Amino acid sequence: MNLIINPKNEPIDKTHKDEAYTLGPLQAGPPCCDPEPLIRVDKLSLHYGKKPALENVSLDIYKGCITALIGPSGCGKTSFLSVLNRMTDMIPNCRVSGNVHFDSRDLRHPALDVQGLRRDIGMIFQKPVPFPLSIRRNIELPLREHGMSKQADLNEVMQQVLQDVGLWDEVKDRLESSALALSGGQQQRLCIARALALKPKVLLMDEPCSALDPISSGVVEDLIQRLRGKYTVVIVTHNLAQARRIANYAGFFWIKDQRAGCLIEFGQCKQIFEAPAHELTAAYVNGSRG
Amino acid sequence: MTKNTLATGLIWLASILVSGVFFWLLSDILIHGLPHLSWSFLADAPKNAGRSGGIAPIIVSTLLILAVAMVTAAPLSLATAVLLSEFTRYDSVFGRLVRRSLDVLAGVPSIVFGLFGNAFFCIYLDLGFSILSGGLTLACMVLPILIRTAEEGLQATPNDYRLAAAALGMSRSAALVHLLLPTATPALVAGLMLGIGRAVAETAALIFTSGYVDRMPDSLFDSGRALSVHIYDLSMNVAGGDANAYSSALVLILILLIINSIAMSLAKHWLHRSDVTV
Repeated sequence: MNLIINPKNEPIDKTHKDEAYTLGPLQAGPPCCDPEPLIRVDKLSLHYGKKPALENVSLDIYKGCITALIGPSGCGKTSFLSVLNRMTDMIPNCRVSGNVHFDSRDLRHPALDVQGLRRDIGMIFQKPVPFPLSIRRNIELPLREHGMSKQADLNEVMQQVLQDVGLWDEVKDRLESSALALSGGQQQRLCIARALALKPKVLLMDEPCSALDPISSGVVEDLIQRLRGKYTVVIVTHNLAQARRIANYAGFFWIKDQRAGCLIEFGQCKQIFEAPAHELTAAYVNGSRG
Repeated sequence: MTKNTLATGLIWLASILVSGVFFWLLSDILIHGLPHLSWSFLADAPKNAGRSGGIAPIIVSTLLILAVAMVTAAPLSLATAVLLSEFTRYDSVFGRLVRRSLDVLAGVPSIVFGLFGNAFFCIYLDLGFSILSGGLTLACMVLPILIRTAEEGLQATPNDYRLAAAALGMSRSAALVHLLLPTATPALVAGLMLGIGRAVAETAALIFTSGYVDRMPDSLFDSGRALSVHIYDLSMNVAGGDANAYSSALVLILILLIINSIAMSLAKHWLHRSDVTV
């Protein structure tokens, strides 16, 4: 499917200049047969003011795997994501309780280096947010903020990440023109490239394809597939077919008693879709509920 | 159908009335002011209480007063706007207090600012009737306009930029300097223009603070007559000064237009250099 939609992705796989940046071929990476948890979430609850949004969520995010979070709107999937890179700090009256650990770091520690954390755990939003700058400056600005100042280094990283997301051939002749002039799919890939440039360990994606047309969505989906192994990906999606295609693990969220979101079931993607343990999960993935 | 026609007619009438008044005013000043406008009018000192001669010292005083006011008010108001918009919550007690005070301040009549400036700058700080006193008084007067327009400009920048910058591990100040302020620049320039317009048109506050003296000022501590004060004096106190009052008014409008276009092109140039697309 990806070959038909985006033949331009092909040559990228052959460029193995820098191991740290270049993505492997499609479907590469560990098959997650020996799962090693990278993020451990234990009894996480989240309130906006007095209103509970998430209750008692416990799950492990496995290193190098793609974890899909599915469920109806308003069940707290996005809130869950924003706990993982402390974007909850930006929301007034947001209270988080429970334990969240990333590697050995306590994500809820008040003295945590949040900027460093967000460098390690990148985030892609539903609506692409390119900065109103040139394509080049979009990639360079965060890198400069994190201390990379040599133009040669910046150029190298920029070319590699743009190749990684399959955007290099499309924009290499107009790096100085505004990123706002790109199409929606290109903007989203630029945002992913911008996040990859910081060499994160984890990428959080909040419905990255839902604002895109089917073809751009397919291109971004292929890109996410190719992140497997090199990066740990947590993706929120309403597209069940997409979750089924790309995820190694899946978590199903549901709103309990019209109150707060909670995790109904978590497991290997295949199991969630083919042999769900909970009847709500079965009803949702079969399309009879939600 | 008839209701629609009536509404359309009323809307047209309103806009024709508004632009009509503007063109009437402009053409009146042009018709009466243009014949007397000459190079010597711009370059000479006033003679015979302003009935003849030019307005050179008055233009210089006006520009000096304006410069003092803007150099003081612009950084202060930008800093306050950034504090209000980026570093305090919108509904915080502090934010509400500052906003309410600014709204009250914006509604204070300029003559009150003049009395305050006279008491504080001229007498208490012992600056006397001087360009400095006048400029500082005007700075106080335009602060509310500048702060509120700058704050609104910053708040109108997409919140997505703040979130995306934070998600990339950028500090708030980096997001402010590289993204939010450049995006808000057109609004900041528009606010500055409003402030300059209000300052350059001010008469009452200046009579009490920068004074009447129509000689060429030697320093900021000299008294200087602003164009608006000159126009007021010529038309109200000097018999036979009407012609020069019209020409001075025309010069005032031209100065505003020139400052306006310079600021716009500077902002454009600067935005282009930092490659921000607005």
